[in-house]
Amino acid sequence: MAIGLTRRLRRAGRIAVLLGAAGGAAALPPATGLADAGAGRAVYDRCLACHSEEHDRVGPRHCGLNGRPAGSLAGFDYSPAMKASGIVWDRRSLDAFIAAPVATVPGTTMTYDGIKDAGERAALIDYLLSIPPCN
Amino acid sequence: MKTDTKIPATAGTSLVIPRRGFLRNAGAVTLSAAAVAILAGSERAAAGTAASASDVTILNTALGAELEAIAAYQVGAESGLLKQPVLDLAVKFQGHHKEHADLLAATVGKLGGKPVEAKAKYNFPVEKLKNQSDVLAFAAGLEKGAVSAYLGAVPLFQNRDLAKAAASILGDEAMHWAVLRNALGQDPVPGAFVS
Repeated sequence: MAIGLTRRLRRAGRIAVLLGAAGGAAALPPATGLADAGAGRAVYDRCLACHSEEHDRVGPRHCGLNGRPAGSLAGFDYSPAMKASGIVWDRRSLDAFIAAPVATVPGTTMTYDGIKDAGERAALIDYLLSIPPCN
Repeated sequence: MKTDTKIPATAGTSLVIPRRGFLRNAGAVTLSAAAVAILAGSERAAAGTAASASDVTILNTALGAELEAIAAYQVGAESGLLKQPVLDLAVKFQGHHKEHADLLAATVGKLGGKPVEAKAKYNFPVEKLKNQSDVLAFAAGLEKGAVSAYLGAVPLFQNRDLAKAAASILGDEAMHWAVLRNALGQDPVPGAFVS
């Protein structure tokens, strides 16, 4: 199982890198189609100290993330940097932020070095965008 | 869920988590020798120029997560679902998180920052915790996430002593994760690396 997941992520990463090279910097990171296979959920395990799908924790909840302006959840205490970022969460902005949170939004309290593997990011983004809207 | 509640005492344990008292008494807590050494590193950082405002932000984010972990273990302990010796294990791990929180808060203060405080209320998926395995799995998920969070924080520190302190905590969280996996009947060490 773990070996299969690793292979799938590596394959997705190679595809992402190849598509990125072909399409230039403006190319959207591709969907992997792996979300329903659990690959993205497995990567999401890394987020669980601070995030959950349904509830705000140290970080904001992830339900309904697609299309949400950054820093906009009522009742969550965002950093001033995140509130002022002007980001709207979609595949492209998530890819940039997850790759290097602090560099993308200097001053963010998500003090995490980032996920450098493009395949892992793509799988994680598949999962994040698959989370249903908040109740 | 409020975290400043008392747990019925069990033999040999002291699972009393007076959150506000804990915060009030943070400066008076007795730190282990290792923690003192780490704090000494933060004092060196405070005296020099190597630590930065971003280091304080990293420490405060970690502190927030530690306070939440303390509250989560409280939920598990209060659930009535944990039996001995697992309850004692949860108490012990919660105590480690308290030590982490004490150290992080003290270090933030030493560096001139304001330590974040525990939230008045945390939302955990208590409705999904039906038995001991559910509680252990929830705790294991938090510990694995903590390993990843510290792993992602270590390279961001400007000050090497603070990176070392975070790595020390990371090691402890990884041991928690492994023990919890073992208690769940899973491979305690599923790989040569963590991510």
